Amino acid sequence: MTGRFTPIMWTLFSVGGTVAAFLFPIHLFLNGLAFPLGWLDAPSYEAFLALVQHPVTRLYLFVMIALPLFHWAHRFRYTLYDGLQLYHLTVFIAVLCYGVALAGTVVAAYTLWNIA
Amino acid sequence: MTSPAPYTPYHPRWYRRRMSVWWWLKDRAYVKFVLRELTSVFVAFFAFLYLWQLRAVTEGPDAYARFLARLQTPFFLTVDIVALAFVLFHTITWFNLTPTAMVVRVRGKRVPGWIVAGSNYLVWVVVSAIVAWIFTRGLP
Repeated sequence: MTGRFTPIMWTLFSVGGTVAAFLFPIHLFLNGLAFPLGWLDAPSYEAFLALVQHPVTRLYLFVMIALPLFHWAHRFRYTLYDGLQLYHLTVFIAVLCYGVALAGTVVAAYTLWNIA
Repeated sequence: MTSPAPYTPYHPRWYRRRMSVWWWLKDRAYVKFVLRELTSVFVAFFAFLYLWQLRAVTEGPDAYARFLARLQTPFFLTVDIVALAFVLFHTITWFNLTPTAMVVRVRGKRVPGWIVAGSNYLVWVVVSAIVAWIFTRGLP
């Protein structure tokens, strides 16, 4: 966990935290509450598909999913490490957290690339 | 974060009282800190929820309808409300920290913290309005 790796992870933490801070509340409000409860009309399947097929939307959604995942990985890693005092599991926790974020990023890239 | 120093033989063991895992419940500031750290769990939750939605879209109209129906269940509504509260807490704490993390200078003078934080909120409102506009109406 030394050398160049940790500074990169701090940068991803910071950028991902900013992306989540700006974009997540409105998306979560729309998808989690406003659409399911009928406060606002959700776009139809065709309209939503057309929206996410647009290259700009794909890039936007990739950034919106991938970077906050690395924000989570970095912050949660230290939450587990400090909060639960799991000092002997440092490497395991780091691999697990960044691994999950990486897996999510790969699935997001694959999904958005192949949306048809 | 480096690997722990190997014990040398005959080195005295340090006396350290073991801290309770619940140390943070003793003070409101600590509770706030831990809640702030836990916001990341809900950030990840929503990232995966949105990824799941995209997977459903790629699988076709039926899968997408099933996904939307799932979001209407009491379970998901409850989790989403809790997640929204935590994500808002993340946004507020994140914006309020920016003046500390980033010193902005204009013509050599430091911009007051409340302007730096306030401009974040302003941009946030505008961005949220644009996102709401596009994601409720779809492409023009």
